[in-house]
Amino acid sequence: MFGFGILSGLIAIPLIGVLFILALRGDDEATLNNARWAALIASAVTFVLSLVAWSRFDTGTSAFQLLESRAWLGGGLGYKLGVDGASMPFILLTTFLMPFCIASAWQAIHVRVKEFLICFLVLEAALIGIFSALDIVLFYLFFEGSLIPMFLIIGIWGGQRRIYASMKFFLYTLLGSLLMLLAIMKMYGIAGTTDITVLLHTKFPVSLQYWLWLAFFASFAVKMPMWPVHTWLPDAHVEAPTAGSVVLAGILLKLGGYGFIRFSIPMFPEASHYFAPLVFALSVIAIIYTSLVALVQEDMKKLIAYSSIAHMGFVTMGLFTLTVQGIQGAIFLMISHGLVSGALFLCVGVVYDRLHTREIAAYGGLVERMPKYAVIMLFFTMANIGLPGTSGFVGEFLTMLAAFQVNTWVALFATFGTILSAAYALYLYRRVVFGKLEKASLRSILDLSAREVAILAPLVLLTLYYGVHPQPILDASQATVDGLMKTITAAAPAPVKAASAAVMP
Amino acid sequence: MMYDLIVFLPLLGAAVAGLFGRQIGHRNSEYVTTTLLSISCALAWIAFFRVGLGHHDALVPVANWFTVGDLQVNWAFRIDTLTAVMLVVVTTVSTIVHSYSFGYMHDDPHRSRFFAYLSLFTFAMLMLVTSDNLVQMFFGWEGVGLASYLLIGFWYQRPTANAAAIKAFVVNRVGDFGFSLGIFLVFLLTHSVAFETIFAAAPGLAGKTVHAFGIDADAVTLACLLLFMGAMGKSAQFLLHTWLPDAMEGPTPVSALIHAATMVTAGVFMVARLSPLFEISPAAQTFVIVIGATTCFFAATIGLVQNDIKRVIAYSTCSQLGYMFVALGCGGYAIGVFHLFTHAFFKALLFLGAGSVIHAVSGEQDMRNMGGLRGKIPITFWMMMIGTLALTGFPFTAGYYSKDAIIEAAYASQRSGAAFGWLMTTIAAGLTSFYSWRLVFLTFYGTSRATVAPETTDHNAHKEPTDTHHASAHGHEEATVAHDTHPAGAAARTGHHHDDSAAAHGAHDDHGHGHGHGGEPHESPPIMLYPLYVLAFGALFAGLLFHHLFIGEGRESFWGEALVYGASNHVFEDMEHVPLFVSLLPTLMFVIGLAVAYYVYLMRPGTAERWASANKPLYQFLLNKWYFDELYDLIFVRPAFWLGRLFWRGGDQGIIDRFGPDGIAQTTLGATSWVVRFQSGFLYQYALVMMIGIALIISYFMIVGVR
Repeated sequence: MFGFGILSGLIAIPLIGVLFILALRGDDEATLNNARWAALIASAVTFVLSLVAWSRFDTGTSAFQLLESRAWLGGGLGYKLGVDGASMPFILLTTFLMPFCIASAWQAIHVRVKEFLICFLVLEAALIGIFSALDIVLFYLFFEGSLIPMFLIIGIWGGQRRIYASMKFFLYTLLGSLLMLLAIMKMYGIAGTTDITVLLHTKFPVSLQYWLWLAFFASFAVKMPMWPVHTWLPDAHVEAPTAGSVVLAGILLKLGGYGFIRFSIPMFPEASHYFAPLVFALSVIAIIYTSLVALVQEDMKKLIAYSSIAHMGFVTMGLFTLTVQGIQGAIFLMISHGLVSGALFLCVGVVYDRLHTREIAAYGGLVERMPKYAVIMLFFTMANIGLPGTSGFVGEFLTMLAAFQVNTWVALFATFGTILSAAYALYLYRRVVFGKLEKASLRSILDLSAREVAILAPLVLLTLYYGVHPQPILDASQATVDGLMKTITAAAPAPVKAASAAVMP
Repeated sequence: MMYDLIVFLPLLGAAVAGLFGRQIGHRNSEYVTTTLLSISCALAWIAFFRVGLGHHDALVPVANWFTVGDLQVNWAFRIDTLTAVMLVVVTTVSTIVHSYSFGYMHDDPHRSRFFAYLSLFTFAMLMLVTSDNLVQMFFGWEGVGLASYLLIGFWYQRPTANAAAIKAFVVNRVGDFGFSLGIFLVFLLTHSVAFETIFAAAPGLAGKTVHAFGIDADAVTLACLLLFMGAMGKSAQFLLHTWLPDAMEGPTPVSALIHAATMVTAGVFMVARLSPLFEISPAAQTFVIVIGATTCFFAATIGLVQNDIKRVIAYSTCSQLGYMFVALGCGGYAIGVFHLFTHAFFKALLFLGAGSVIHAVSGEQDMRNMGGLRGKIPITFWMMMIGTLALTGFPFTAGYYSKDAIIEAAYASQRSGAAFGWLMTTIAAGLTSFYSWRLVFLTFYGTSRATVAPETTDHNAHKEPTDTHHASAHGHEEATVAHDTHPAGAAARTGHHHDDSAAAHGAHDDHGHGHGHGGEPHESPPIMLYPLYVLAFGALFAGLLFHHLFIGEGRESFWGEALVYGASNHVFEDMEHVPLFVSLLPTLMFVIGLAVAYYVYLMRPGTAERWASANKPLYQFLLNKWYFDELYDLIFVRPAFWLGRLFWRGGDQGIIDRFGPDGIAQTTLGATSWVVRFQSGFLYQYALVMMIGIALIISYFMIVGVR
């Protein structure tokens, strides 16, 4: 299509949807409905197209595929797109979740509907751009660009303290990415190109790697978010509208993890080995600390937000085990968490739409009036605590297993986190769904509507499917991770002490 | 194919009843689940004879679960005698409990949900016992945990039931924490999680050390201890036992199926399955003996003084599981599994019998409000008698064969700790006899001590069945109130007895059953009695019929390769040479226990109260279950909430935010001015500023780029 490839198409279709919505005049309900349908159709077509891309994707190779490249901005920078096993799953996750976000906002958003939908479509385009960019500046542009629509989504359609939350979100992420920008400039100075495929094979001096690694880490750690730069997330989640929370937890939290896989680990492998203990420490602290904090939350969204931080702790821990199981597990966990936490926020949205409060204390005994809701909420609660048979288990299991091979203490603390996750998740469920239905405000609450069931059911099926048969996702990233492992092993410190838990005769 | 059917038919039943229960109605849900399970059960018995006698052992691959690097996890069934025994136990008891529940749950408004959970549980349990690798076992392990959680909290309106459900899940997670680490360590050692590979590698691991958790430990011992931690959680062993008594909040059929016959024996199954590993680690075996022996004694002492009929049986279960672990630790794997097998029958019988009693007295569970029921519900009485005889080891009943064999094995075993095991199991045999007969005498003999109170609730129950479930909370206001801040803490207190508690205090209105009998105790309907007959048959004859195969001359050909005995393990040979007094001692303990109970409760009523007031501290100590719940609340639950609040208010808000974003905002621009400008509609200007920033970045690159 006009010389562009399928990946450009994925970025373009949401933007075409934007143009269509911009062309709509009037603010009456019919127009707004047209806008909603336009957004939904644009995101659905994007999803279908991403499936086409997926069908053309060859899981057997670690090379970049579906490449397209053209010179841009005077030849200094390139418009270069391509995917490999580490990015393809995230593109699919993005295109899959977006229609749900738009559908979930069907009735919840009343003000500035068109602007809201435009924000989401722009965000989708930016996210696909992040995952498919093969030029580091292009990546940076998309990376920063995704900040703006998210910033607006929280700041305009958010709750009471939305200004504070969006500023906090903005401040944290911008400071992180400024350091990354400096690092990118430095890398350009050394390699003379911004082409990621070339940078991946550039050998940066080890002493420099440390600084570059730290600069990228500043940005990705904030995005993850890792302890102690996590405090923006609970506020952002609490204030964001439901659809915003879904996309935030489902996709934006994965940008950090993706960044580690795409840049930090392959480009600075020596530094990654060197800093792995630091990442372990922060990950383990995050897992235990935020799980305990989740236990005492009184706000549903905040509780799930803290739970997300704990899960991201498993991701960073898995990635920096620098083992196949750890990295594969981390990728899987990110995809799974995208589905599960997205669904949990949708579940919160369901009751929020009815009662307009996120206070846990305002609920109780919902199962009485909302049996369908109780079942689905239970399912995702169990997926969230990593019950085997749901997708939540596989990723956590692999990352912990990998951690044990590298450092038994890390595995011990991480595994301890699974006890706490059961405690806070079940405690939440008990307070919201179980118990007697006593509050007057709940007496006439309605169970899931057909629209809500249609939104949640596919997520249930997928979570279950990947819990029992996770291999499709694992296969997708297999070749890429194998390629990554070669880089990692080559850079391993001289005395190969891969396992601190070495077996001795 | 047959094994696929055995395992997946219950899942099908659960799916039908769970998803379409509303559409097809309660009655059909019950029929579907029970029919499918009966088929599964019939096939299981066929499998039992084919494998146990014909030795058609099999490894049935189902599918790949996941493969990453050198880690390969499959869905597959490992069929050998051990699995076959478990298949029979699980499907039989489950079928019986399903049909019993037709009667017991007949006026519950959520029956299809109940049957769906029961079948789901059965599926998970079957996945557990058929697993051919540690991860699939873990799947079943957590799956039964989920079903247990759902069934304990089945009456979700009761705060105590919800608390007990969370407690069960979380305490089991503590065990699973060890189980997980054990799996990781085994993978580190053998690069596999499949039993075939692990067992093949096991002999080569003997004597190797591993550096883990800062110490150099014997590799296999550490792996066994970690895995055994999982068994301790699931089988409610000492230190991780606290959830089991509270699990009695669930409907009584659940207690029989999950918390007596099947799920709680998963730990026993696990150790037996891993016999090739445990056999090369004497230290781990000693640990198993010590935990098992401590549990069997400690739980029996608590059982002596409990007043809730179900809690007595719950502690009895805990204690009997301790027996099984003593047998396993002594190297008598077959004996432990044999006791598992016989125990499933008589303990399920006791629970379902207790359910029948509770049904008869309209939901009363406090034995102090029973008495004299022998003439009113004679069939139930005789069923309970049979269960009690089998449990206490009356000659030629099921328990006589299996329990006495354990005591002999403990005496004969050469393992360190076996002497302690023998001492504890022997003492516990006397205690078991006492508390079991106490239960019978208090419930069925003497005169009725029923108060009028249960009747009132009975009538309410008839009008609105669900409402009676709330009535149970009356003894637990303290717990209920505290509940909103401390889930497990409240659970910890649910069983807390006060000295001056009124008679009905600890009672639980179990199932809000009402027939309008005016409170007069009545025998249960046939649908509840037939299952008891089947179990009674097992309780009487399971030992007689099967001891030859399980632990007698036929054991070697029966078990085949399923259980592995090390070269130094000759516990069976040694058992043939134990002195006569060792063989007679258990029976003597039975008589002593019976005699004391008879004296205390029938000959001289009031003796118990006198003894209790004479030894008040001891009595309180036992009544409050060695104060474990209070202790755990103090050292785990409260600190967790305290830390959570500290990290949240102090860490996140007090330090990170204060010196982080808030501080920066304040010093650079002043937080208020940000807000003011935003609220006056300057939002888009900020977006514009960001755009300009990005434009500048691009410009920079263009300049540097053309350099």
